[in-house]
Amino acid sequence: MSHPSTYNPGNGFEKWLDRRLPIIRMSADFMDFPTPKNLNYWWTFGGILAVCLVIQIITGVVLAMHYVPHTSMAFDSVEHIMRDVNYGWLMRYVHANGGSMFFLAVYIHMFRGVYYGSYKEPREVIWMLGVVIFLLMMATAFMGYVLPWGQMSYWGATVITNLFSAIPLVGEDIRTLLWGGFSVDNPTLNRFYSLHYLLPFAIFGVVALHIWAFHTSGNGNPTGVEVKDVKKDTVPFHPYYTVKDSFAIVVFFILFAAFVFFNPNGLGHPDNYIEANPLSTPASIVPEWYFLPFYAILRAITFDIGPISSKLGGVIAMFSSILVLFILPWLDTSKVRSMRYRPVARMWFVIFIIACVALGYLGGKPAEGSYVLYAQIATGYYFAFFLIILPLLGIMETPKPLPRSISESVLNAHKPSDAAPEGAASAPAE
Amino acid sequence: MTTTELEEDGEPTRRDFIHIFGAVTATAGAGAVLWPLVDQMNPDASVLALSTKEVDLSGVAVGQAIKIMWQGKPVFIRRRTEAEIAEAAETPLGALKDPVARNDNVSGSLDATDDARVTGADGVARPEWLVLVGVCTHLGCIPLGTASGESRGDYDGWFCPCHGSHYDLAGRIRKGPAPENLPVPPYEFLSDTLVKIG
Repeated sequence: MSHPSTYNPGNGFEKWLDRRLPIIRMSADFMDFPTPKNLNYWWTFGGILAVCLVIQIITGVVLAMHYVPHTSMAFDSVEHIMRDVNYGWLMRYVHANGGSMFFLAVYIHMFRGVYYGSYKEPREVIWMLGVVIFLLMMATAFMGYVLPWGQMSYWGATVITNLFSAIPLVGEDIRTLLWGGFSVDNPTLNRFYSLHYLLPFAIFGVVALHIWAFHTSGNGNPTGVEVKDVKKDTVPFHPYYTVKDSFAIVVFFILFAAFVFFNPNGLGHPDNYIEANPLSTPASIVPEWYFLPFYAILRAITFDIGPISSKLGGVIAMFSSILVLFILPWLDTSKVRSMRYRPVARMWFVIFIIACVALGYLGGKPAEGSYVLYAQIATGYYFAFFLIILPLLGIMETPKPLPRSISESVLNAHKPSDAAPEGAASAPAE
Repeated sequence: MTTTELEEDGEPTRRDFIHIFGAVTATAGAGAVLWPLVDQMNPDASVLALSTKEVDLSGVAVGQAIKIMWQGKPVFIRRRTEAEIAEAAETPLGALKDPVARNDNVSGSLDATDDARVTGADGVARPEWLVLVGVCTHLGCIPLGTASGESRGDYDGWFCPCHGSHYDLAGRIRKGPAPENLPVPPYEFLSDTLVKIG
């Protein structure tokens, strides 16, 4: 960690352990980490996400004790969990809705990162690790959705694994390797179960790197101005942000519980309560809500581009929409991190959010008529935002003046605006 | 490699040799271990053992179509009427989105004529029997049109409800996002009413 250790072993045992395994020192330094004093509630989603991961792992381990990964028993074993297992309904509903809550929080966390330029120097690696976590989350969620072996499970798995067949030369072999057969079948279900159990621990590992990285560079903050004076600009993580994060987590739990107890299937699809039938395709195959924007991008490419067929083009566009995030730190040319001081960028950012929400809406609609055109426009804007607007804005726009320090911005915010001339901030009167 | 590691005549030393030899051996060993770890994901012997299936066609009436399972996928077998055969045979090749036969029973890339679509492993075209893998070539849904009463699309063959692909009476893609004709699986007529698929 980047700050000097402030831990003093209190008793004989702590002194003894500190020379052998300084684990108490590590935890103490973690809690004592100097954190910018101006973090707003958008910064609480990191903690919320950590809680989400733990909830998914605990409920998932419990469900794995009762679930049977076999095509002839998977669907029934899920119903067995719902009807027979003590509190099985609770575990499954928490796990199923927990996935949705996890994605809700991660999307807010990512939009936060874009708005406040959290990916900018020296935090590129934190951001890229975040994109890796997001990709792992998507793979985990997709494979988890297959396990109940309902109609949507089966046909979603069929459609998504078929995407790989669009890859030239090796596509069909990759698809066979994923299936372990000639279609989605028992071998597929078995390997998805194995990987669905494994990947959350991989996510846990990358989360540790993500945290290590921002404990090295320090947290960003809403002004985007770096910490200049640790005493004036920061407070210890505990108790200041443990309390703030805890409050946010409780509020988040209220939303979570509202879904679990009052509308547990509201975010799911009724077709998944019909057992998988390889001979009958549901009238419309729709992924879970958190994949809809990417599904819309996949389906928006309805035309061939030179030698690239529309099918391959859609797959390329869908994967590119996530891979482009990896190079975002180098696409955004502005030196100013926070869009609080970039009024023009802020406007484009709002349109970007609208485009993402629109893609989510269109992904759930049939791919026909004007829905396709709107999806193409929104897809075009999605890529233009990263590849054209952000690179050019950094050169063309004039940002507003930045506060000289975090401390100054905090103090100015609490003075009447007319009584706070530029640079007049000093120590508070008391 | 710096000069100090070389002997006076510029040749690598015995130590360099051991390093290179050791690294190459370890790499080969890693590859030998990796291969089984990947290949175990491919179809196993029990899956491959189910790779052929014999179907009795004696109960299929003219104009009727049936759906059977082969390798975990549906196979459509349609006994076409004279009018349906004529309609499929008269379709000009220029009207096809995918002009290739996509028939595992014929070698090379034949044109997707109706005859090329109904040719079995013995090289004989049987226009009465159309055998197709019933998986949409777009994203793998099962097209409708086999059971009576289902939509057969704009070209009287099959219609995929997922993303709106229309196939004709020879299983050829005519309209919609699917890139290829429905593939014809390897099949062989063992008698007039018994066909072996696979």
